[in-house]
Amino acid sequence: MRAGVAAAGAAAPRVRALRRRLAIALVHAALVAATILTLLPLLWMVSASLMPAGEASMVPPRWLPSAPTLEHYRALFARLDLARAFANSLGIAVATTVVSVTLNGLAGYAFARFRFPGRDRIFAILLLALVIPGQLGMLPLFLMLRGLGLVNTYLGVVVPGLASIFGIFLVRQYALGIPQSLLDAARVDGAGELRIFWSVVVPLCRPVLVTLALFTFMGTWNDFLWPLVVLSDSRLQTLPVALANLLGEHVQDTELMMAGAVLTVLPVVVVFLALQRSYIEGIASGSVKQ
Amino acid sequence: MRRGGRLATAGAAPGLLFAAPALAAIALFFFVPVAAAIALSGTDFDIYAVASRANLRSVGLGNYYRLAGDPLFRTAVRNTLYFVVVAAPLSIAASLGAALLLSASLTRWKPAFRAALFLPVVTTLVAVAVVWRYAFHPRIGLLNALLAPLGIGPIDWLGEPRFAMPAIVIMTVWKNFGFNMVILIAGLQSIPERLYEAARVDGARARARLLHVTLPMLRPTLVFVTVMTLIGDLQLFAEPYVMTQGGPAHATLSVVLLMYLEGFRWWNMGYAAAIAFALFLAMLVPSLVVRAMGARGEVA
Repeated sequence: MRAGVAAAGAAAPRVRALRRRLAIALVHAALVAATILTLLPLLWMVSASLMPAGEASMVPPRWLPSAPTLEHYRALFARLDLARAFANSLGIAVATTVVSVTLNGLAGYAFARFRFPGRDRIFAILLLALVIPGQLGMLPLFLMLRGLGLVNTYLGVVVPGLASIFGIFLVRQYALGIPQSLLDAARVDGAGELRIFWSVVVPLCRPVLVTLALFTFMGTWNDFLWPLVVLSDSRLQTLPVALANLLGEHVQDTELMMAGAVLTVLPVVVVFLALQRSYIEGIASGSVKQ
Repeated sequence: MRRGGRLATAGAAPGLLFAAPALAAIALFFFVPVAAAIALSGTDFDIYAVASRANLRSVGLGNYYRLAGDPLFRTAVRNTLYFVVVAAPLSIAASLGAALLLSASLTRWKPAFRAALFLPVVTTLVAVAVVWRYAFHPRIGLLNALLAPLGIGPIDWLGEPRFAMPAIVIMTVWKNFGFNMVILIAGLQSIPERLYEAARVDGARARARLLHVTLPMLRPTLVFVTVMTLIGDLQLFAEPYVMTQGGPAHATLSVVLLMYLEGFRWWNMGYAAAIAFALFLAMLVPSLVVRAMGARGEVA
């Protein structure tokens, strides 16, 4: 009994090393399994979009195309006019991003660094209003835009995204950290306020503006309910709405639908992979700090 | 001196000017419609009122009384609560598991794993709902192909009422867990290392450190994540719209889907506004519960 305990004591470092190797193996096995499960639907989407017609509907399912083809992508662009929906989505997302980053940037900076009558009360009301869901105002907004003749226009679809409380809040928190000496120095040099914003504040707030631009672009690109409601004209529709409509007519054409899904997802995935640090850090910091 | 005076007062005009465009846009396209929604919910605004406002009448709280007795609304509420109660804990558990794995000191290639697990979050909901619709197909679907070797199925995921909502839960957990994962990782990183060292000195094993250091310290982040997830899940819409249209037999009809159908398909806008307002009240509940718990000192 005592000898056994002594032996275990001597072997402890080796046992510990073994347990550590086992823990490393287990952790990585779990992560690899989770990653496979997570990526599988997306990989199958890409693979099926390249299969000859009918191959994605076989039993048992095929994992890889027997003879990869781009015919479904060609059909989407040539026959089904998804190129137009793609251009609509891109235009709407870029326009919304540019306008809303500019307006939220100006307002966030103003709330952080200027005193004006009612500032703190307005900001408190904005913070309270953060809990109001967008769907609540959606019906009257639709009726308003209908009265203005803006239903079925690009302007009508971007209107709710022109500025956002969240965006103002995000920029304000960051702009609070700009050193006052830099702003004063620019003012002493005689720079106008707009020039100070453009050449001092914007460069200093670059990280938060990039994050805001990313959130806005992706959110607008991925949005579904509002474009669905406002744009019924098929020539104006965004890609997600066009894809949902395509499903109605082409539900049997699995490969074609997968090509449409790839086309819809590709821009946001590329943008995310290129700028993922800004995006992920934006989510992590924006919420935990508050 | 004069310069100093100008500096002090320089603020007012440009500050208001800079804030004005954003505030005007938010007032006009958010606050005005929200206020109008409350008024709209007190009217019988329908397809006749769309044609001519002369057909519009005030009904007071009539729409809300109608909601209380509407079996379709009751079904939508039941479905949405079922979805929230099942999907939220599952997705938070998945997020926490992934966050713990990614935060372990012995884990390698963290950025690559994190990006891969986060990827579904950035994808377009409609597009991946289309993909999952095929994945849930009873004959050609991937899910049944994966379950068959385990002796399960074939299940008609989207065709059978009792499996349709679980199918939407599976898809939603897959799509969303990465978001909370990232927030939880940040929460884990903010736990001071010295607490772990102290626990180790006291002889606490890994499990004890998880239960007595990690989870208590993570509690504020977990509360935040839970509130945000509940609020988000209450707004279930695009998944049933694309995958089931609320079927089969209304098994996946959600509150927002019913609001969309009533308002924009059937033009019962007064009634739909009442549904939207009911949804808003439901979305306040998680934050109010947390605030009440906080007031009693139960939440750090």
